[in-house]
Amino acid sequence: MSNGRTPWLRRDSSNAILGGVCAGIARALRIDPIITRVGFVVLTVGTSGIAAVAYLLAWALIPASPGGTATARERPRRRRGSWRIATGVALLALSVLLAFRELGFWWSDALVWPLTLAAFGVALLWSLSRPRPEAEPTREDRGAPPALAEIEPPPAREQAGRLSRAGFGIALIVGAGLLFLWAQGVLDAAGDVALAALVVTLALILISAPFWWGLLRRLTVERSARIRSQERAEVAAHLHDSVLQTLALVQRRAGDPSAVAKLARHQERELRSWLAGSEARPGERLADALRAAAEEVEESHGAVVEAVVVGDARLDEHLDALVAATREALTNAAKFASESGEVRLYAEIENGAARVFVDDRGPGFDPEKVPADRRGMRESIIGRMRRHGGRAEIRSAPESGTEVELEIPVEERER
Amino acid sequence: MNKSTPSVVIVDDHRIFRSGVRAELGEMVEVLGEAETVEEAVRAVNELEPDVVLLDVHMPGGGGVEVIGQVSKSRPQQRFLALSVSDDPKDVIAIVRAGARGYVTKTITGEELADAVARVRDDDAVFSPRLAGFVLDAFAGEIPADEVDPELDQLTPREREVLRLLARGYLYKEIALRLNISAKTVEAHVSSVLRKLQLSNRHELSRWAVTRRLVD
Repeated sequence: MSNGRTPWLRRDSSNAILGGVCAGIARALRIDPIITRVGFVVLTVGTSGIAAVAYLLAWALIPASPGGTATARERPRRRRGSWRIATGVALLALSVLLAFRELGFWWSDALVWPLTLAAFGVALLWSLSRPRPEAEPTREDRGAPPALAEIEPPPAREQAGRLSRAGFGIALIVGAGLLFLWAQGVLDAAGDVALAALVVTLALILISAPFWWGLLRRLTVERSARIRSQERAEVAAHLHDSVLQTLALVQRRAGDPSAVAKLARHQERELRSWLAGSEARPGERLADALRAAAEEVEESHGAVVEAVVVGDARLDEHLDALVAATREALTNAAKFASESGEVRLYAEIENGAARVFVDDRGPGFDPEKVPADRRGMRESIIGRMRRHGGRAEIRSAPESGTEVELEIPVEERER
Repeated sequence: MNKSTPSVVIVDDHRIFRSGVRAELGEMVEVLGEAETVEEAVRAVNELEPDVVLLDVHMPGGGGVEVIGQVSKSRPQQRFLALSVSDDPKDVIAIVRAGARGYVTKTITGEELADAVARVRDDDAVFSPRLAGFVLDAFAGEIPADEVDPELDQLTPREREVLRLLARGYLYKEIALRLNISAKTVEAHVSSVLRKLQLSNRHELSRWAVTRRLVD
């Protein structure tokens, strides 16, 4: 569970009647949940209600199936929901127990009631020790600034909630034990000793309370200070690796304006994406892949490539081909137009198609007169687009720049 | 078109940047004054009455949006051109919706900037390719017919075409040539897009501006 593998057994909250235990077991065994549910009811009758207690335990112990990705806003609601479920389960278990008591399927008051109480307590405590679903690491850390929410200590209210739940659980178990002892008549003799012990304990708690309180406060303060310094160290490390390195390079190459401009541009882009906190995913998203291609060409050919992308889509093999053809078009434009201004990349993913335009203000050429040995354009742009069900058009004329238009159908359109 | 030299006030919290802009603009634009805080800016603009305010998006005390809000009370006709290092769509859309007639990035050359100032002075809109892309993005997608105010919430096919060409880096006169219309008509289309961007309550705009970078 904690090593990140999906446990074999999970509660199925999406098909839950109560807590989803039966549904979860059914799913794990690949049978209809109605079978496990009926089986559970039969078992409950057979064991005079102990199975209901077992259900409670199972609810506490078996992690819920991940119901999609919970956003920060959904979390509190989900937790309130689980309290509702807990209350429901408790009331149901109670009524079942009472019903069995009336019907005569009963061991003895002295056994079942303390057992039930203790089961509640155990369930509560275990539910606390279960790793919280939102704590699962989901993002790979590749130097992006960690989102603040991830490193912030849990809010005080949540801490208090956990504490009070733990206290309640312990009280339930201790109460159950006392109830059992009292029912057995053992407690009378121990009564005086217990009272004395209780008084002493209370006194100790009162005396040491300020000390504990102070310790708690100090720990909290230290913790937030540590988090702050960690954050600082991370920012410092990043600036050191990126901005300071670039500045050093800029000083060394001060005599070469185009190299300096290139360095500055690269650093600017890198810093921007870091500040935005969103890691570009050129392996997954079309927009990021196109921007990455523009950047690549810019760096290898020293031309300025301005990229504007509207919309986005998930990459597949056809869109990979589109990216490759775009890179080829950009490279051509950068080679032939670098002195006459920038190269422009405009892409829009809309209405079921991805369209890419690469424009330059270079010298242009007569497409009819491209020598056969310069297959680059023909094969890697037009041929590639055709093979993947798209099309490519290259418009150019001497003295008026070149314009490459690529189009390919896209199945899903995402905003 | 008014051929006289346009006058500006430069509002930016970085002194080096202000003097850089002043130097780059040279004789092409008359710089009446500079300001580095929101209060200074409001005072300077009311006093100097420039044709155009060159406005930084990010400044302490509310930034460019705040300056536009306060100046507009006393000078509703004041024109603003936003000039920023930020290319965060949220910032860009916010300042344009606040009332700036255009948005250019700080990497713009002096000549281009002077041209942009003159165009804003003449009540044209100045869209950088990137802003054109943002606007296309903001107005993309279908919205339910009963929520549409067709006057404001949708771009006409022609406006889309013009924006697309702007995003591809073409100048007004090149766009006019390609679409077989006059440069004045291109300007009219761009101004109409600007008006829609500023006035439309299309839910896409606000939703897009807020969540664009957070989800996905």
